[in-house]
Amino acid sequence: MIYQGKQKIWSDYQKDIPDDHWFYVRSCIRQSFFPGSEKFFMKIVRDDLGKDIYETEHHTTCGGIAYHCDTIPQETAMTIVARQFALMTEAGYENLVASCITSFGNYCETIETWREFPELEARVREHLWKACRREFKVPKYVAHASDLVYKFRNEIAARAKFRLVDHETGEPLRIVEHIGCHYSKMFPHKGVGGAEYPCVLSGMAEAWGGEVIDYPERRHCCGFGFRQYLVRANRGYSLSNTHKKFESMEPYHPDCIITNCPGCPFFLDRWQYVISEMEGKTYGQDGHGIPVLTYEELAALVLGYDPWDMGLQIHQVGLEPLLDKMGVPYDPSKKYLGLNEKEIMKPGLPTVLKCC
Amino acid sequence: MTMDRKIVIIGGGIAGMETAACLRDLGWTPVIVEQSSALGGHVAEWNCLFPDLAPAGKLVDSLRAKVEGIEIHLDTVIAAINYLRKGYSLVLSDGTKLQSDAVVFATGFSLFRAEKKEEYGYGIYDHVISNKDLELWFNTGSDERVPDNPKAVGFVHCVGSRDIKAGNTQCSKVCCITAIKQAIEFKEKFPKAEVYCFYMDLRLFGRKYEDFYIHAQKDMGIHFIRGRVSEVSETIDGRVFVKAEDTLSGKPLRVSLDLLVLMAGIVCNRDNDRLAQAVSLPLDEDGFFRSRDNVSQLTLSDKPGVFFAGTCTGPKTIPETLAEARSAALAVNEYLKTLK
Amino acid sequence: MDFGFSLSPSSAVNLDNTDMSLYERLCEREPGAKTCMACGSCSATCTVSAINGMSVRKVILGLQRGQFRDVEKMLSRCMLCGKCTMVCPRGINTRHLILELCRLYGSKEGEL
Repeated sequence: MIYQGKQKIWSDYQKDIPDDHWFYVRSCIRQSFFPGSEKFFMKIVRDDLGKDIYETEHHTTCGGIAYHCDTIPQETAMTIVARQFALMTEAGYENLVASCITSFGNYCETIETWREFPELEARVREHLWKACRREFKVPKYVAHASDLVYKFRNEIAARAKFRLVDHETGEPLRIVEHIGCHYSKMFPHKGVGGAEYPCVLSGMAEAWGGEVIDYPERRHCCGFGFRQYLVRANRGYSLSNTHKKFESMEPYHPDCIITNCPGCPFFLDRWQYVISEMEGKTYGQDGHGIPVLTYEELAALVLGYDPWDMGLQIHQVGLEPLLDKMGVPYDPSKKYLGLNEKEIMKPGLPTVLKCC
Repeated sequence: MTMDRKIVIIGGGIAGMETAACLRDLGWTPVIVEQSSALGGHVAEWNCLFPDLAPAGKLVDSLRAKVEGIEIHLDTVIAAINYLRKGYSLVLSDGTKLQSDAVVFATGFSLFRAEKKEEYGYGIYDHVISNKDLELWFNTGSDERVPDNPKAVGFVHCVGSRDIKAGNTQCSKVCCITAIKQAIEFKEKFPKAEVYCFYMDLRLFGRKYEDFYIHAQKDMGIHFIRGRVSEVSETIDGRVFVKAEDTLSGKPLRVSLDLLVLMAGIVCNRDNDRLAQAVSLPLDEDGFFRSRDNVSQLTLSDKPGVFFAGTCTGPKTIPETLAEARSAALAVNEYLKTLK
Repeated sequence: MDFGFSLSPSSAVNLDNTDMSLYERLCEREPGAKTCMACGSCSATCTVSAINGMSVRKVILGLQRGQFRDVEKMLSRCMLCGKCTMVCPRGINTRHLILELCRLYGSKEGEL
């Protein structure tokens, strides 16, 4: 692999990311999948980096799931998006940052479609006015939250308490990065690093001391694919895609996987359990799985936040092997204690996959 | 009629040299302006030529011999061209001023930059090279990317050609036969290697080309897979991993290779915009120069005294280029004879 | 554990571990096999292709992709009428090809 070749491509796909004053829109599903991710993103951006980032309880789903499952027409999806833009405009912001990749893709697609078909934008403005008497400005910048963390990766590295380095041997940890499909495959120029060799996550991993693995099925889908998963009869396709990725990355012995999409970390995490039960196979060390994190969780770990405070106990694959390598201290007895040491109940343990 | 009329030929590749040699034979005074430091163009970098595997160097040498004694400006580009009442006035990048009665564009083509097809990983994966790199390797034997003892090698046809998203709708015409030539040469060097050609269509239009194809199939055992390579990655041991569809069986196909050769296509010369603007000539949508007529007047432009020779008007083989160069010389000859 | 779904088998052809030995042995006996360009004339003219899926083109391709079972099924459906031999633009002796292949399958009985 010729690293300079990738750097050359990255220089062609640098994205303009304003460094302050953001209107934040959350994901529908991430707070139940990875409850600490968005909270810690806000915390890092506000408290650690001191930026102005605003959110409102009035924002809703972007309509992406319904749109991609063909249950609502595009115009409806666009009207929902227009309403988010209206909330942003009302709050006095021009830069929109989305937590979810599907939303990010949806916002980009909507804006690009309006650029091509202004009459559609006019119609959506009319719909929105009729539905809720709101008006909006199209955001000046649309970014994904991982773009922001990428932009501030060096600031985070400068404040790092722990690095992506084996604290005993000093060797860099081997990181698999997985980008959500709708991050840059639809619009390569809207993703940092483009679509073939995106560097939004690899840039973070490298800035924080890790070594990024490029394995043959790197570009392959995580397996979510909306209809592949949501329809039970198709779920085998979802699983097979994830399985293919794990088989491909296994020889590289990754220490962890980082992702920037709501669906990917969920499937890469939970399917390891299902594969272990079906096939008796695990991909991590000594019967463990490969820990899967969102980039916000990884940033928070690097900055020294407590793993249980950020909800890492909700992951299927135990994070302990990664925490041990990074040298992050944790109290095993507090794993299933929530806020204010409240019992959050212990899950049953899988038969094959070692989880702690 | 004065026979000392001057013709400036822009480009010292095979088209430029052949045009110049013919014009001198016809009694005129050609001048060659070449931007690089040597005559020969793309062909000078090639090893040998389809379909008889004749050495490219021999052809270039014979053309260089034919233009000996002709005024040649190397390392020089055209800075300005002005149409005056009595022909063209040219200023060269070294400050030389030339008066000419006619100008022949023999500006050739550019080879598609293979790294633009990002999914093929040229310049990123250790064992991905271009057709041109392979010719250089045939010439020099030195290229770290070509492994010592390859067991499997693949050739990807139509890299950047017939590809609207790459900005090129045209068929590059010579790559199918070049891939077969290179596959045969490679197989001759490494008889134990499996050689795969990934193609969309095989366009083997020229005399002996089809025989060359049958030879590749029957005697060399080269495998032809109908399906465009969709994506390339690298395996843990640094080999090239290729995904394509075997469209004849309708199944996805995977193979790992020791070397992947990208058949970068002929695209319009990257300088065409600048050159065309200098003489206010229109370019076609594909960026090549527009002939007055695509059937019978390929060498004529819409401007009096401006002519075309070779691949500046589209992908061509070497014999076609040479024939067109002679045709352009005759067209110039006819034109000059009409001048008072 | 039964999840109500399972890994789906891959339909991909992997040339890294495709067994080409039968194809190579056929080519020794009928070198014309190598010159097939998949034009489909054989299948188009075949008397039984439309009824039972026999196709010389697919037989050759199947051997190149190591799909012996599919090829074997097709072989049993050929009537050896020779129409495909008449139309093949590359002059492949398809009738000979089929007969030789049947012999190879016969000699490989129990191995396949």
